[in-house]
Amino acid sequence: MKKELIKPQGLVTNANRRQFLRVGTMTVAGAGLLLMGCNDDDDMVPTMPGKVNLGSGDTGILNYAYALEQLEAAFYEEVMKGGYFANASAEEKTIMGDLEKHERAHREFFKAALGTNAIAGLEVDFSSIDFSSRNSVLGAAKTFEDLGVAAYNGAGQYLESADLLLIAGKIVSVEARHAAAIRDLINPGSADFAGDDIIDANGLERTLNFTQVLTAASTYVKTEIDFSSLPS
Amino acid sequence: MNLIKLLDSMCPDTNSAEDKDRFYSRRDAFRQFGDFSKKVAMAAVPLGVLNAIPHVAKADTASLIGVLNYALTLEHLEYRYYQMGLDSGVIEAPERVIFQKIRDHELAHVKFLQEVIGNVLKGTPVAEPGFDFTAGGNFSPFTDYPTFLALSQAFEDTGVRAYKGQAANVKESDVVLTAALSIHSVEARHASMVRRLRTKKGQDTVKGWITNGSIGTLPAATTAIYAGEENLTHAGVNVSTATGIDAAAVSEGWDEPLSKDAVLGIASLFLAS
Repeated sequence: MKKELIKPQGLVTNANRRQFLRVGTMTVAGAGLLLMGCNDDDDMVPTMPGKVNLGSGDTGILNYAYALEQLEAAFYEEVMKGGYFANASAEEKTIMGDLEKHERAHREFFKAALGTNAIAGLEVDFSSIDFSSRNSVLGAAKTFEDLGVAAYNGAGQYLESADLLLIAGKIVSVEARHAAAIRDLINPGSADFAGDDIIDANGLERTLNFTQVLTAASTYVKTEIDFSSLPS
Repeated sequence: MNLIKLLDSMCPDTNSAEDKDRFYSRRDAFRQFGDFSKKVAMAAVPLGVLNAIPHVAKADTASLIGVLNYALTLEHLEYRYYQMGLDSGVIEAPERVIFQKIRDHELAHVKFLQEVIGNVLKGTPVAEPGFDFTAGGNFSPFTDYPTFLALSQAFEDTGVRAYKGQAANVKESDVVLTAALSIHSVEARHASMVRRLRTKKGQDTVKGWITNGSIGTLPAATTAIYAGEENLTHAGVNVSTATGIDAAAVSEGWDEPLSKDAVLGIASLFLAS
């Protein structure tokens, strides 16, 4: 968790949900949950300027994925307008072009699947990325792809629907393919494509929970994301 | 709610708050076992932590053991393939580091699954089958490097599809599902690397991701491994139609599952008779 900023927004309201469930009090859940309630899986998501609420149940998980795909798609869109891409090798141009399409397709898929439950478009902040620099772009791509894999791997257990779990599975392995390719561009021919920094001694890739993922993502997102109604 | 479902499936005979507390605290401990940040030594943890998951319903246990033994069979195949490849000297020196890493992961998966099946679920891990990686004399992976790489790609892409095909069958156990997902993405990383390596070496034009249902230059026997990968429709949305993104790119963006029967059909080519 090197330089991942923690923004004191509504991002950590979910940290102790199991504890509060066990004790049976809602006081630690934060204002978001009290406003939203946690009654069913299909809460409409109220949108306020600069703030989105992911909602609850499977809808909430899909919005979580939609938020991450929005971030990735916006990132690759910027990459393709930047100086790094203009001067990139043919191989890297192909990869970046593919990733832009894949992430845009993922984003649009979630938007369509969520329908009226979809959160609004997020306002991104890529000011920390130098799109003319190969190192900066590939470093950010690695962060986004690894984060996406860990997020899907961590969220799978909360999906109620087997169909949605399968769809998440179809996407996460592609994110892992991306992550491996980006890592290999950064450190060619090495074992970093599946490095020990993300895969443990049991051969299991890391998982990240909602708080960890959204905290890491908050560096690149201006919109406040309330995830306090996500399942736990 | 997942919480309730989990209780139903894993603690059907547990109603006391104390038992539930014990269950959840141990489940969390188990989950941390898959958390790389803990860096727990492999040998030390499984018995201590995994053993402690109590009260698993018998029917669910039998089903989980079945799925995990199927996964274990595939991991045996992969591990043995890479170990024999490394021992044979067929792998070019600069690329040994890649296949040593993959071999290490496959061995870790074998040990992990054996541990979960044997010590957590109290089942019997399947023994390693005898393999014939020549598939009856048709392939020479340990003397011909392009063939070694081709079969490696075939095994990794099959592995990704196989795990994906079982996700729904283990979803009643958060622990097993999360572990399976965490293996699944590692197999996908392997697949991406091997695919791109083959293309870099001029043996194919495949990318890290699967385009349409294309087998590239792999032998025709691998057709079943890629069948269905051309799918464009998910949750009723034809993504290519909905977005205007070309079908090839959309097909690349989603990997497809394979049924157990289809996977075992593929794997059976490499079982010693």
